[in-house]
Amino acid sequence: MTTNTSNRAADIFTRYEQPILEDWLREQLAALTARQDLISEADLRRQSTELFALFISACRTGSFTDISTPGWKTVLEYLANVSRTRAQQGFTPSETATVVFSIKQPLFARLRQELGANAEALADELWSATVLLDKLGLYTTEVFLKSREDIIKRQQAEMLELSTPVVKLWDGVLAVPLVGTLDSARTQVVMEGILQSIVDTGSSMAIVDITGVPIVDTLVAQHLLNTVFAAKLMGAQCIISGIRPQIAQAMVHLGVEFGSVVTKATLADALAYAFQQIGVTVTNKAPIA
Amino acid sequence: MSPLRSETLPLRTDEDVLRVRQTVRVWMVEQTFNVVEQTMMVTATSELARNTVVYGGGGSARLELLADSGRQGIRVIFEDEGQGIPDIEQALKDGFTTGAGLGLGLGGSKRLVDEFEIESAAGKGTRVTITKWKKSHP
Amino acid sequence: MDQIPILKVGEFLLVSIQVDMHDRQALSLQDDLTTQVVKTRAKGVLIDISSLEIVDSFIGRMLGNMASITQVLGAHAVVVGMRPAVAITIVELGLSLTNVRTALNVDKGMALLRMQMNQEMNEGGHEPFEK
Repeated sequence: MTTNTSNRAADIFTRYEQPILEDWLREQLAALTARQDLISEADLRRQSTELFALFISACRTGSFTDISTPGWKTVLEYLANVSRTRAQQGFTPSETATVVFSIKQPLFARLRQELGANAEALADELWSATVLLDKLGLYTTEVFLKSREDIIKRQQAEMLELSTPVVKLWDGVLAVPLVGTLDSARTQVVMEGILQSIVDTGSSMAIVDITGVPIVDTLVAQHLLNTVFAAKLMGAQCIISGIRPQIAQAMVHLGVEFGSVVTKATLADALAYAFQQIGVTVTNKAPIA
Repeated sequence: MSPLRSETLPLRTDEDVLRVRQTVRVWMVEQTFNVVEQTMMVTATSELARNTVVYGGGGSARLELLADSGRQGIRVIFEDEGQGIPDIEQALKDGFTTGAGLGLGLGGSKRLVDEFEIESAAGKGTRVTITKWKKSHP
Repeated sequence: MDQIPILKVGEFLLVSIQVDMHDRQALSLQDDLTTQVVKTRAKGVLIDISSLEIVDSFIGRMLGNMASITQVLGAHAVVVGMRPAVAITIVELGLSLTNVRTALNVDKGMALLRMQMNQEMNEGGHEPFEK
C-alpha cells in the first residue's frame, strides 16, 4: 500500500470526523453497558476524541500497514495507557480491546460511502484498514495481558511477605511460624528473611515452627537445614519445632541428615529450650487473678 | 541468543580476580538481581577466576548480559590455555579439604549457579561457563 | 596496597575487614595479625566481617587459619558480623568453617571472648576477670 492510499483513507476519516466519533462512542458504550461504574460517558468521549486525533495523524505520517514505524508511537503509547488503566480497574480483555475494534464499523461505513462506486479501491481500503485495526487491537490486548501478569506478580510478592511473619518471643528469641505449602522458592525467601531478622534484632535464637505445614519434601527439608547451618555460621542458633510424627518418619526414610540440628515436637518445648540456652529462668508464683 | 552486552577482562593477577568479581557485582546490581543471587554468582566467579590464574596459568573472563524470553541472565566464560583438567568428574566431586584432590571448588561453584558447563582436557586448557538467571521475586 | 588496620581494644585486638581484599592482601593480613597477637600479648581477637560481601574459599581458609594461629599463640578468636547472603552462600558452596567461632556482632563477640577466657581461668584455678 502506498502512502497515496493511506492519505486517501485519512482524508475520508478527517472529513467525517464528527459522525465517526459519535458512532464509535455509541458502539463503545453499547459494549460497556455494564461498566458505567468504571468509566463515565464524558471520559469515554474525551478518550475517544484524543485517540482519534492521534490515529488520523498517524495515518498521514506513518505507514498504513506497519505500526512499528515512528509515526504510530503516540497512538501505541495512548493505547498502552488505556490498556494498563483498564487492566488495573478490572475490565475484561474484550472490554479493553473494544476501544479499537468498535471503530471498524463507523470507519468502514464512511469508506463505503465515499468509495462505493469503485469496488477495487473500496476493497483495498477496507483490507488495509482491517489489517491495521487488527494489529492495533492485538497490541492493546498484549499490553493488557502483560499488565495483568505484573499485577499478579506484585500481589504474589505481597502475599509472600504477609504469610511469613517473624515474631519476637523474648529478648533474643525469634519465632517464625510457617503455615501452608512450602515450595522451594517460598522457602528460600523465608530463609533469607529469618536470617536477616536474626541480624536486625540481634537475636541469637530463632525457632522455625512447621506445625502448620502439611507436606515437607526433601528439597524443603534441605532448605530448612541449610537455614540452620547458615544461622550457626553467623553465630546464632536456629531450631525447628512442630515436626509431626509422619514428617519425622518421612525425613528419616528419605535419608535427610539432621545431625546436630536441634528439633522439638512443639513450639512450647522449643521455647523452653531457648530459655535454657540464653539463661532465662521462669519461676512459678501465686497468680494475680 | 546474542548477549545484550559483553566485556572480556584479563585474568593474570590477583588484582584481575578482584576486578572480574567486582565487575560481575556491578552488572548484577544494575540489573537488580537480589542480594543472595549476587553473592552466589560473585563467589562462584571468584573461585573460577582464581582457578584460571593459579591453575590455568592465566587467561580471560568474558562477561555477558543475556535476555531470553522475558528473563534476564548474566554469564561468565572463563578460558585458559593451561594444563587442563584430566578427570573432570573427579574434579567436580572434590571439596575444599586438603589432601587428595585439586581443591578447585568446581562442585561447590556449580551449586551456586543455574547453568554450569566445563570443557577441559589434559594439556588442552580449560573453559568454564556459568550462568545465573534472575528470579522474579525481589 | 592498603593495609587492613588492626586495633587494640582493651585486652583484645579488633580486625575490621572493610575492603574487598585480593588474595595477597588476605595473606598479608594473616601475617600482620600473627605479629600483633605476639607483640601485644592479646588474649582475644575479634574479626569483623560485617562489610564483607563475599567469603570465597580463599577468604574462608584465611579466616580458618587466623583462628587456628591465634589459638596456637594462646589466644581466642571470634568472627563476627557475617551477612546472611554470605552465610547462605558458604553453606551452598560447601565450605567448612568448623574451627571458627562466630557471633552476631562485636558486642556478642566480646562477651563470647570473655566467657572463653573465664573458662580458661577457672580451669586453671585463677580468679575470673571482672566484666
